[in-house]
Amino acid sequence: MNIIATDRSSLESDIHIEHFPNGLTLLYEHMPWLRSVAFTLLTGSGTVYEPAGLEGLAGVSLEMVQRGAGQLSSREIVERLDFLGVERSSTVTTCHSIFSAAMLPQSLPESLAIYGEIVQRPHLREDDLEDARRVAQQEVRAIQDDVAMRSSIELKRFRYQEPYGRSAQGRLEGIERIELNDVVNFVQEHFSAAGAILAVAGNYNWEQLRHEVVSGFGTWQSRIQPEDPAVIIRSGSQHIVEESAQTYLALAFRSVPYHHPEYYLSRGLLSILGDGMSSRLFSEVREKRGLVYAISANHFTLRDTGSILCFAGSTAGRARETLDVTLATISSLGEGIDPSELVRMKNRMKMNLVLEPESGMSRSAQMASDWYYLGRVQSPREILSEVEHLTCDALIEHFQRHPPTAWTLVSIGEEQVELPYGI
Amino acid sequence: MEFRHCRLPNGLEIAAEIAPQALSLGLGYFVRTGSRDEAQEVNGVSHFLEHMVFKGTERRTAEQINRELDDLGSLANAYTSEELTVYHITVLPENQDRAVELLTDMMRPALRAEDVETERQVILEEIAMYDDQPPYGAIEHCMENFFNTHPLSQRILGTPESVQALTSEQLRDYHRQRYSPDNICLIATGCVDFDSLVEQAERLTSSWETANIHRQLHPPQVARKVQFLHRPSAAQQYLVELGLGPARTDPARYACRVLASMLGDESGSRMFWELVDNGLADTAAIFTQEFQECGLVGSFMICSPDDLEINWQRFRDVVHSCPMVPFQDQELVQAKNKIRSSLVLGSERPSDRLFSVGHAWTLLARNEPLDEVLDAYAKVTLDDVYAVFQNWSEQPRVIVVAGPRTEFEIEGIYP
Repeated sequence: MNIIATDRSSLESDIHIEHFPNGLTLLYEHMPWLRSVAFTLLTGSGTVYEPAGLEGLAGVSLEMVQRGAGQLSSREIVERLDFLGVERSSTVTTCHSIFSAAMLPQSLPESLAIYGEIVQRPHLREDDLEDARRVAQQEVRAIQDDVAMRSSIELKRFRYQEPYGRSAQGRLEGIERIELNDVVNFVQEHFSAAGAILAVAGNYNWEQLRHEVVSGFGTWQSRIQPEDPAVIIRSGSQHIVEESAQTYLALAFRSVPYHHPEYYLSRGLLSILGDGMSSRLFSEVREKRGLVYAISANHFTLRDTGSILCFAGSTAGRARETLDVTLATISSLGEGIDPSELVRMKNRMKMNLVLEPESGMSRSAQMASDWYYLGRVQSPREILSEVEHLTCDALIEHFQRHPPTAWTLVSIGEEQVELPYGI
Repeated sequence: MEFRHCRLPNGLEIAAEIAPQALSLGLGYFVRTGSRDEAQEVNGVSHFLEHMVFKGTERRTAEQINRELDDLGSLANAYTSEELTVYHITVLPENQDRAVELLTDMMRPALRAEDVETERQVILEEIAMYDDQPPYGAIEHCMENFFNTHPLSQRILGTPESVQALTSEQLRDYHRQRYSPDNICLIATGCVDFDSLVEQAERLTSSWETANIHRQLHPPQVARKVQFLHRPSAAQQYLVELGLGPARTDPARYACRVLASMLGDESGSRMFWELVDNGLADTAAIFTQEFQECGLVGSFMICSPDDLEINWQRFRDVVHSCPMVPFQDQELVQAKNKIRSSLVLGSERPSDRLFSVGHAWTLLARNEPLDEVLDAYAKVTLDDVYAVFQNWSEQPRVIVVAGPRTEFEIEGIYP
């Protein structure tokens, strides 16, 4: 039953794009129905660019740039942003450092000016390095205690190896080795306007925004960005012994990357597999057998390679069955798609598209990500058209052309499980 | 934004905050029942019922419910707390009728014995999952010690033993008493057709029987206590401390949240500068939680096991030094701006507003428009903050510490 109407004005986009001579790209989507505005700033300073042996440098550098910049001390940056009521976060991913912020529109000019200072004129003082190192070490230890989170980090480490498998938190020994010079060099080289993306979405004025970005980021220096190294995927199983009530399974297999012409076919299959309460994994693993409380499947993309990642946790003695049922359920996608599954999948995906304009934060993140992977911003209308065109036959044919391969399994807990022979 | 409400003859309350320009519609049944309403022998029954509501009715199987929820493209979920069980769904306005019909049918679950057994396994997995997660049950243990014989001491999920022992009959009895229409509110936010909502709800719930159930409220008796939960393999030490704070209805709750932000917000607070920014601790936070007859002011610290005493001493010094290092106007303004901005940003979607409107209507029997709440924060003064601080600092505390350590090595550190 197709009950998500899509003749909506919210699906039309009012997008502005500007390329600055220094290499920065500014993206803006006007969303006048919101009371707020949000931005996402990507710089090419992810973990993949850390020198070997300094795993954690990207995170420590991100911490250091926010400890004083331009005329502002570390304390003044925090106090000004708090005073302005800016909700914010900063994270490191494989390829980027990401600054995210949401606020009332009147706070945008000063917030942009502060972030302009952070990426261009950070103080990077020796006195702050020990504190930044300690903060990073705390995060590594916190992850050590979170077994479910660790399963996803260990999966990435095992599957993508060096340098793509590095974790955002780094390693204790890598963090210990970091000197101020390493931070200064990393920041100079990678917090560069070249390839940087600033995506803004919400209730603001384009001309005014443009003016503020010119004044805050117009003189940002550009450095030639390094070539991305090749991705090498490792298949196989790894078990990590841990005294935990559940055994955590993290499973991966090859899929198409985000820019692939068949991405939405893959996304549609993933939705049938793992989105919503009628999805095959939720239904087979949890609802029919009660093997897990939570099971999820999502798409992970690098520029030229994609994977589907599945996560589940079961108490000892049940992990083997959870793995077997999960593998059988994934493979069942090739045996046929029920037309009702197709309709539900479309409705879920369309609903997400229709509601995306309710949040400037998620829209700005999506725009930045689109620009990085596709070199353009997709409108909800464009994605909708892709989704509308999906058919059961096309999904099955895609599965046959791109069957699950290059399997990786990482398990953490008391029950050792491995991928079956031949997979 | 228009607020409308009505009470049906069977006692069901319906309330809506209507924003005709919104893209979506948030709908929720807020049932005035939670772990505090459970007899000890059925601890976990509210949460078990929450799971069972998705497992089928007389007219629908579990599979049909899941498929219909996905057919609507809906974002649907449920949660159980000490005081409420909430079932919520976000849909497009044109699907209001379907969503109301489905959610209303779900409120009368079939509770089939075979489904109870499968779901019991799912809940035992859920308990095991949380047991593995930091802070390893420290918050639940702290609540148990703090509230002692008071009903708020009970665990929301129950224990593996209590969940194992629950029977279909006990689930049915509890449902009969607690899911009475006069104990439930139907809340809607966003692009709502209110007249249609009332007409449909009245028609669909006309056969619901009323049980006239009431919740007993009485203040807790708190005695100082410290407990260590030994988790030898943990990399970090986790400390939770609870003290009494203002209740959900207490006007001092706004000043209390401002105090918590000034002292223990995750950024820019006194704890942040003393313990987190310099990496001495992973977390050093102060939070508040409110119930109907009382509230909590909680402290939460995560750090290396070796630094437990020195960091906890610093934490306490920050708190105790408040009278000597007076709060500045700038700290007050900063905290208020942060809270107010966060409220506005967190209220843009109808699905976000649903919880604020639902909590206020179900537990306070009143509408709390966003602007009224923003105004209440704007009016908080430093005198209000000091009054709350004074009260809090005189309350007995309960501490639970989880991780490799089994005791404090410094005597004076006990509360």
